[in-house]
Amino acid sequence: MAEKVREIVLPGEKIGNTKTEKASYGTYIKDQDIISKFLGIHKKNNDYISVIPLSGIYTPKKYDKIIGIITSVEKAGWIVNTNSPWKGFLSLSEGVRDFIDLRKTDLKRFFDVGDIIYTEIVDIRRGDIQLSMKSPNARKLEDGVLIKITPSKVPRLIGKEGSMINSIKDQTKTIIRVGQNGVVWLTGEHIEKAMDSIKLIDEKSHIFGLTDKINNFLSD
Amino acid sequence: MMRTDEKLIIKGKRLDGRKAMDIREMEMKVGVIPNANGSAYVRFGKTTAYAAVYGPRELNPRHLQEPDRAIIRCYYNMAPFSVSERKRPAPGRRGIEISKVTKAAIEPALFLKEFPETTIDIFIDIIQADGSTRVAGINAASLALADAGIPMKDLIIALSGGKINDTLVIDLCGKEDNCSNADIPIAFLPNTKEITLLQMDGRVTPQEVKDTIKNVLNAGEQVYKKQKEALKNRYK
Repeated sequence: MAEKVREIVLPGEKIGNTKTEKASYGTYIKDQDIISKFLGIHKKNNDYISVIPLSGIYTPKKYDKIIGIITSVEKAGWIVNTNSPWKGFLSLSEGVRDFIDLRKTDLKRFFDVGDIIYTEIVDIRRGDIQLSMKSPNARKLEDGVLIKITPSKVPRLIGKEGSMINSIKDQTKTIIRVGQNGVVWLTGEHIEKAMDSIKLIDEKSHIFGLTDKINNFLSD
Repeated sequence: MMRTDEKLIIKGKRLDGRKAMDIREMEMKVGVIPNANGSAYVRFGKTTAYAAVYGPRELNPRHLQEPDRAIIRCYYNMAPFSVSERKRPAPGRRGIEISKVTKAAIEPALFLKEFPETTIDIFIDIIQADGSTRVAGINAASLALADAGIPMKDLIIALSGGKINDTLVIDLCGKEDNCSNADIPIAFLPNTKEITLLQMDGRVTPQEVKDTIKNVLNAGEQVYKKQKEALKNRYK
């Protein structure tokens, strides 16, 4: 199968010059040369040159919306697995709106170990990730299936203004939530089909004409 | 060192028919271990190495964590069946040393400050050993790190040089290694020609060391080309 592949750059490869272009994500500057940090796809936006890595772990950023799993219940909050090397902390005041009397209530009432939450990162202080449930879409996700994809491919899965994810949602009659950390939650009718198409996007994100390919796959 | 009087070069040809400045047949593959974040397979002649990279991931026990950067943990291991006499599988003096120098060879190429309080684990396994195993391991680790999506300044190229029968050569095989006057494994970053590993075992003159470094830097371009090819083939 001859597929047209996007231009792949390697770590250490020169991809620009600071005289004419500006260095952006995934690059570093040495002696006026812009050099790639990753094995990834070369992108040029106006003057800005960036490299989107083809693999790698999730690095948390402020205001990212992620899907996390509660790993333990603390005295006044919860510890959350964020699918990154660092743990997230959801404090009681950020997690629940009402006033809670800690002497009388068990925090397991709100979130228990193993619960899945769609949450927002509100602050990062060197490896310490503060989460919040106050943003409009944040909620506990009941039932459903979780799968993981490469975090750098999340924008590809969502597509331009949600085109890709919406076509998957429509054609498989599922509800899908995508966390920036590469965790995807699904529920609905044809979960298997939706999962397969998401995995296909994860594998083939570097080729051209991915949207058509996915549409073909979905209509089969 | 064993005997040095054995004829290893006859009429300009080495035991396996190579000339002095020829590298053995190379094979490199990326993404061979699905459970690892990044992995690679490198073969130089009969020397075969696998490398797997996990992380950056949470580091425990906590006292090992560095508050401002990630640490590298590197494990070099030879399989018991990799050599003719069974090698005891426990890490010995040699294995620990090679793990340490491999770590030192890789460290300058990585942006470790981006991942504070974490670890990057590199496992190198030699499946078949026929000389120059540490450089095969470093090449495999370089590919595995790039495959794992870890930010890197550059790839790492490694190649061994040496002296057999008073002739300077590169990429020594097992027998040449055992009977050599000297062997000099070198690792470097191809863009800046920064040398990150330089060891020597045996006797050579200072000028010969300089010549060997020059030879290895030249011939390293072939290894670099092969590494680039392997990484690009991963996404085809």
